[in-house]
Amino acid sequence: MLVGLARSLTIALGAFGLGLVIGVAGALGKLSGGAVMRQALDLYTTIVRSVPELVLILIVYFAGADLINGILTALGQAKIDFNGAIAGIVVLGVVQGAYSTEVIRGAILSVPRGQIEAAQAYGMSSWLTLRRITLPAMLPFALPGLSNLWLIAMKDTALLAVLGFGELTQATRQAAGTTKAYFTFFFAAGCMYLLATMISNLLSRRLEARASRGMAHV
Amino acid sequence: MSSPPDAIVREATARGGRRWLDAGTLTPVIAALLFGAYAALQMRWDWLGTYYPLLLRGLGMTVLLVVVTSSLGMLLAIPIGLVQVVGPKWLALPARAFCTVIRGTPLLLQLWLLYYGLGSLFPQFPWIRDSVLWPILRQAWPYAFLGLTLSYAAYEGEVFRGAFKGVPKGQLDAARAYGMSGFLMFRRIWLPQAFKRAMPTLAGETILQLKATPLVATITVIDVYSVAAQVRQQTYLTYEPLLLISAIYILMAVVITKVFARLSGQGHDDTAFRKS
Repeated sequence: MLVGLARSLTIALGAFGLGLVIGVAGALGKLSGGAVMRQALDLYTTIVRSVPELVLILIVYFAGADLINGILTALGQAKIDFNGAIAGIVVLGVVQGAYSTEVIRGAILSVPRGQIEAAQAYGMSSWLTLRRITLPAMLPFALPGLSNLWLIAMKDTALLAVLGFGELTQATRQAAGTTKAYFTFFFAAGCMYLLATMISNLLSRRLEARASRGMAHV
Repeated sequence: MSSPPDAIVREATARGGRRWLDAGTLTPVIAALLFGAYAALQMRWDWLGTYYPLLLRGLGMTVLLVVVTSSLGMLLAIPIGLVQVVGPKWLALPARAFCTVIRGTPLLLQLWLLYYGLGSLFPQFPWIRDSVLWPILRQAWPYAFLGLTLSYAAYEGEVFRGAFKGVPKGQLDAARAYGMSGFLMFRRIWLPQAFKRAMPTLAGETILQLKATPLVATITVIDVYSVAAQVRQQTYLTYEPLLLISAIYILMAVVITKVFARLSGQGHDDTAFRKS
């Protein structure tokens, strides 16, 4: 079960990271991309946010496996079997990406316009503006949403049990099935998730306090 | 997040981008048409003939799950939120703990704990086994309803806690000055205003609840997702059933949004409160 917990956390961390990358790119695309780009991203976030994660995970898992194997056969390579952890990270990352796109878009919109204009007035390139001004300035606005997403990522790893990955919930089910002590094992797994959540809560509160220092509390 | 910049952007798009056939509006339409044509021509839909009664039954179960668990959950959530704001410590603490525990663990695990865990404990007690409830307790659906209701109650409890807290003190003072009793004040002033504040969040949470329902398939309750999974196993078609139920879920999410928009449209003055 501890191995399962470690795997769960790895997958959650990876998925969250991937989601963040997609989220920043998606938010920038939504805010400054062309009409087609914006609509495509809208489609992505709307669909991902209104279809159950379980269904999405299955679709992305099968479609992703088919796609990659298709490319590989087209290139004349042998088909590969998917490493559970990587597939889990990619699948959950795509889901997380849609949510973090919205969170980050909202956060960037709450950065006062004057700050970005000031940066441009200093002659900063747009990349430099993004790195030095926009991203740090939006951080306090985005952190509550992002820490929420992290919790969701952690809990969503449980869904991968349905696909048969050996993460915490799946490991627990196997252990419970062998020993017939269902209640004990599921209860213990619940405590582990709870502990992980509470530690994350503590850390995210610290982070928020750090990111929003020097800001007036409204 | 309805911050001023957001409003400016929206206004700008409303002014500048409201021509009908620009590239932005055309892209999703073309994408949908292309995809629809591909789905109709290239995919196999002949299984629909055999499976549609099952699909409809599953759909009924899903709708029932969403409606029943979110209404029951809401009824539970109001006291849970309230005692955290005004209740004595011995009520507020358990409510707080309940919310933390349910929100801190995956719903899938909760369902399995209830169904496999409790379900495996029950037969050890002869008095449960002999009771009239036993035939019901042996089935899966009570656990599904219980699990989903508790989960909704915990998430909504937090929403209502914030909503109750957010009602301006002056409103309650005014009610008291009118000589309203505690309960009358709660019914006429506090609850309606808290509801109004909670409404936008509730719509989102109910969609989350909809998206949580396929989890009951893992404890053998037959909802629309489990029918799709069954189709997948029996016909070896992967995408068709999954895409179909995705479309169904999107439609249901749209319906939920519309219902909540109608509900919150009853009071038009809600913006006045949000500013204070």
